Amino acid sequence: MPITYYIVLSIVLFCIGVVGVLTRRNAIIIFMSIELMLNAANLLLVAFSKMHNNSAIGTANAATAGIDGQLFVFFIMVVAAAEVCVGLSIIVMMYRNTHSVDVNFLNRLKN
Amino acid sequence: MNTIILSAIFGVVMMFTGIFIHNRSVYKTVSAVALLVLLVFNIAESHGSAIFNIDTANFLHFDPFGLLFNSICIFSTLIYVMLSGRDLEKAGNNTAEVHALIFFVLCGIGIVTSYTNLLMLFIGIEILSIPLYILTGSDKKNLKGNEAALKYFLMGSFSTGILLMGIAMLYGSGGTFMVERVAKEGMLSYLSALGMVLIFIALSFKVSAAPFHFWTPDVYDGAPAVITSFMATVVKVAGFAAFIRLIEGRLGSMGSQSDRLIGIVIILTLAFGNLTAVFQQSVKRMLAYSSIAQAGFMLFALFAVNDAAKEGLLLYAAAYSLATIGIFSVLAKMDDMTLEGFNGFSKSQPLIAALLAIFLLSLAGIPLTGGFFAKYYMLASVVKTGKYLGLVIVGVLFAAVSAYYYFKVIQAMYFKEGNIVLAPVTNRFKYLLVFVAFLIVLLGVFPNSLLSFLYF
Repeated sequence: MPITYYIVLSIVLFCIGVVGVLTRRNAIIIFMSIELMLNAANLLLVAFSKMHNNSAIGTANAATAGIDGQLFVFFIMVVAAAEVCVGLSIIVMMYRNTHSVDVNFLNRLKN
Repeated sequence: MNTIILSAIFGVVMMFTGIFIHNRSVYKTVSAVALLVLLVFNIAESHGSAIFNIDTANFLHFDPFGLLFNSICIFSTLIYVMLSGRDLEKAGNNTAEVHALIFFVLCGIGIVTSYTNLLMLFIGIEILSIPLYILTGSDKKNLKGNEAALKYFLMGSFSTGILLMGIAMLYGSGGTFMVERVAKEGMLSYLSALGMVLIFIALSFKVSAAPFHFWTPDVYDGAPAVITSFMATVVKVAGFAAFIRLIEGRLGSMGSQSDRLIGIVIILTLAFGNLTAVFQQSVKRMLAYSSIAQAGFMLFALFAVNDAAKEGLLLYAAAYSLATIGIFSVLAKMDDMTLEGFNGFSKSQPLIAALLAIFLLSLAGIPLTGGFFAKYYMLASVVKTGKYLGLVIVGVLFAAVSAYYYFKVIQAMYFKEGNIVLAPVTNRFKYLLVFVAFLIVLLGVFPNSLLSFLYF
């Protein structure tokens, strides 16, 4: 499959994520949209990693070319897990105080 | 390397201190001692004797600029912990953990001031940000703090998503994550141009440059004043260190297009920050907007990217951090954070009022204070490049605007009658504040006393 398909798919996923963050009002759904953005980046990285590997076939570094892209994906997963951990606890803390996860509640600061 | 490893270790040490020692006033002392050790080892490393010599496979490169930046950040944090340690105890129940998180933030700063690889940029920024989300919400019962934490978290991880997408695109076009090697490509492909713009947007979020600044006033206003003090100073200037390393490495491939982009961002940031700060009634919120305005000045360094810009950024980081930490340390002790709260300050606390005046003058950039030379170096660096001299005029105009709202606080302190409500201050606090003011004046008279560390 040509690389363009992967690029288009991950840009579409990314845009769905961005639109979700900007339009949704539920903190959990905003959070899911952010995860979607991260996974779009993951998909793109893996696709490019394979692409660079394919283009290096026959050269001296064919075995390792493009491997750093896949390594990056692992780091993103780990960091995303850490972020989920902190983010969900912030949302729970919020829920305990307001009994709602609606971000429309978040306009007390604007005055 | 010393900073990165030692600050992570000290963070863990602070957490264990929290388990074994239950006397809250000890945490501050332990933390200050650890910071001092960290500072000594960082300075030792910049003189060429690192205790950890680890092969980082060129992922990290420790140059004098990054190490001096670390020193400034650690020193500011030390001053911050010593000035505001008492107020940190009030920000939440888990004081030891707050100190631990501050060390983890410093670990992130150590990475973002020395990365040469986009992977390290990403990890550094995350290590820097994730503890901050927790710190913002450290006062769990305070609804405003909760709100600020959630907002900061959502905006922060949103910008992380954008950053990652940008990095993925740069990787697609260049096949490597190294900052410098990517730069040597001649023509820009659409993929790398898009990637660069996305990374630029993400980092603008982090340093709160307009038009991506909208979260800043709410978050800085909602978080406890002590935490805002740390976020608005040490962390923000570290964001600029990350930014300038990236722009420096990538400049060859961006060319004149990036100049225009950064120029527009500078003007927008200066305009939004200064013009909205004028209308604020709360001093805390005014300082939040002023931090956006000061970010506008620091952006000049990204526009110029030459030696003068780097010197200016270091000077700016020191002068701005020290002055803002000083102001916030007093603000955290006040009940009424509006302008009226400052009425008659000079009558009841003449010494602190005078020191606050020095800090505010430094932020406004009046000669004989560090802020003056910081702004001067920034503008001089743009003059040296010889491009877009109109930017310098815009900068000077907005510096004049900024003087208005800083002087409003001074006016309230000296020329208005009123009673202030200030928590009791110790003599040690006063001496320390005098020391900070002395440093700011020293930077304003001999800026080379700091910059000489860059070339020895």
